[in-house]
Amino acid sequence: MSRNPLLIQHLLRFLTYIAAILVALWVLMPIYLIAVAAFSEMLAVYKFPRPFVPVNFTLDTLLFFLKSGGVMKSVQSSVVVALLTLLFSTLIGAPAGYAIARFVFRGRDAFRLVVVSTRAFPIVILSIPLAVMFIRWGMYDSIYSLALMHTALALPFTILITSSVFASVPRDLEEAAQTLGCSPLEAFIRISLPLALPGLAAATLFTFVLSWNEVFAAVILTVRNRTLPALVLTVLSESQLPYRFAGGFFMMVPSLIFMLFIRRYLFNLWGRVTK
Amino acid sequence: MAEIRIENVSKHFGKVIANQDINLTIADREFMVLLGPSGCGKTTLLRGIAGLDPVDSGSIWIGNRDVTYLPPRKRRIAMVFQSYAVFPHLTVFENIAFGLRMQRVAEEEIKKRVHAAAELLQITNLLQRYPAQVSGGQRQRVAVARALAVQAEVLLMDEPLSNLDALLRLEMRAELKRLLKEVQTTVVYVTHDQVEALSLGDRIAVMRDGKILQCDTPLKVYNDPATVFIGGFIGNPPVNFLSGKVIKDGSRRLIDIHGVIFEPSPAVQHSLFEGNHPEVKMGIRAENIQVSEQAIDHHLNGDVLVVEPLGSQNLLSVQVGNERMKINVHADIDINPGQRVWLSIPAEKIRWYEARSGELLPENS
Repeated sequence: MSRNPLLIQHLLRFLTYIAAILVALWVLMPIYLIAVAAFSEMLAVYKFPRPFVPVNFTLDTLLFFLKSGGVMKSVQSSVVVALLTLLFSTLIGAPAGYAIARFVFRGRDAFRLVVVSTRAFPIVILSIPLAVMFIRWGMYDSIYSLALMHTALALPFTILITSSVFASVPRDLEEAAQTLGCSPLEAFIRISLPLALPGLAAATLFTFVLSWNEVFAAVILTVRNRTLPALVLTVLSESQLPYRFAGGFFMMVPSLIFMLFIRRYLFNLWGRVTK
Repeated sequence: MAEIRIENVSKHFGKVIANQDINLTIADREFMVLLGPSGCGKTTLLRGIAGLDPVDSGSIWIGNRDVTYLPPRKRRIAMVFQSYAVFPHLTVFENIAFGLRMQRVAEEEIKKRVHAAAELLQITNLLQRYPAQVSGGQRQRVAVARALAVQAEVLLMDEPLSNLDALLRLEMRAELKRLLKEVQTTVVYVTHDQVEALSLGDRIAVMRDGKILQCDTPLKVYNDPATVFIGGFIGNPPVNFLSGKVIKDGSRRLIDIHGVIFEPSPAVQHSLFEGNHPEVKMGIRAENIQVSEQAIDHHLNGDVLVVEPLGSQNLLSVQVGNERMKINVHADIDINPGQRVWLSIPAEKIRWYEARSGELLPENS
């Protein structure tokens, strides 16, 4: 046997690709099958083996889902909650992110750690006391309360993502603007903000998706004003298969689209700069 | 157009002292270079003048205004950054116009002044482009044009050439010099490159450890470095320093360097006598030493270690006793490594330094 280092290298690369493809398939297959079922006629979901292309491509299944009781209302609630979460977390998180990115202050690293560690408490543990508190304060079963809850969940990510976004805008630029007649605030508005905008947009999208997908707090904190995931979860066990597939697809799509947009910024967050 | 006065300025970052009780007056329209190794506090001082890092104590005056507590935008300064700090989301035109827009200058006037500045830096054809679409050298020109367009009283430059490649730097250096003479503004220019400092400055302030060691014309700094450190920092090659013992001969002081006796000029005798230093250092520039292949009595001699041809001249490394000297000789002189040479050192070119403090012995009677 001749030991050809080039051959070994190729073999290794080949195996790496095989592994990567398997992992990708493992994630993508269910998503694909859900999508196929969502666009097939309703009875097709009972077929076995599973069809790999939509059977009689149709929007009937999706429309059936959307027209089911409470779905449209919960979609509306979901959108309102997600938008409010986006608004709150950006208003609170972006300034914090800016401060971490720009200023060296005592306890900065500790602050970063605290921000992340808020996520160390699982929502499962927090939700009961929160529900109790919300009931006491008369804030229970309100989509606004839920938006506050989602804001709390999203804030650590918003802060970290926006701080990485602002850190990528060189400080020199703001200083140059200041020497050219800007106050610090003007320098921020005229220089840093426009340059950070794409990244900030990504951060807000991330928040939106996080709220859109969040199910646990939504189930615990609301009864009549359910968001879409909460509604789907509660009626899932009693519903028909086409309903489940259509619902799954409907909830999945926004996340997939948004993730595609903000992938770059998530990588940045972990210190890897991709161009 | 204004004078800058820096009075007793100190600045520290945590425990690091960046500027220590600095006093410096920069005349109207003067080109002042702050020169020193990295970490000497030169950039801190510049940022102090700009107002980007307010000083801890002392005061800074521009013209007849005390600007110590004013923010950068009220100091009537313009600054060119090492990184150029050109705004990536604005066109070259808008970059140059930025300062004027902040001053709410009329649109017509903005156009006129942007074009004038662009013309001065020969970037008129780039005005509609974005910074990402022009080269590094051109971006640098944009930064300078932007600073000139506001017609500030004071122009501050923080190592503006250090990010350019060698050839471009040489070209831009000459152009900057022409340009800044033309606009007749007070310039404070920070660099760690001694050649840049010598070629550009009306005066050079040499800094080290947060203090100004010497502030003089380039020629004076080159010929009469105030300390051993400055002599070793400025010029290529730097000044040669040889250690010598002071010998008392009545009221006269003689210096013994590797067994050769030198008699310092009468002007230095006084400080030697007063200072009563046991040891001194002789400073002599590489180009001021004559080399002879024939033995001469009572002259320093040493073995040639390396000969480096530099085109117009050869640079010799010569081992003299336990010290090594750099000597420039004409390229025609045929000297080879291993050869012994004798050195003639003209007395008027010698500078004497106190060995311990490294300070130049004053020449007075």
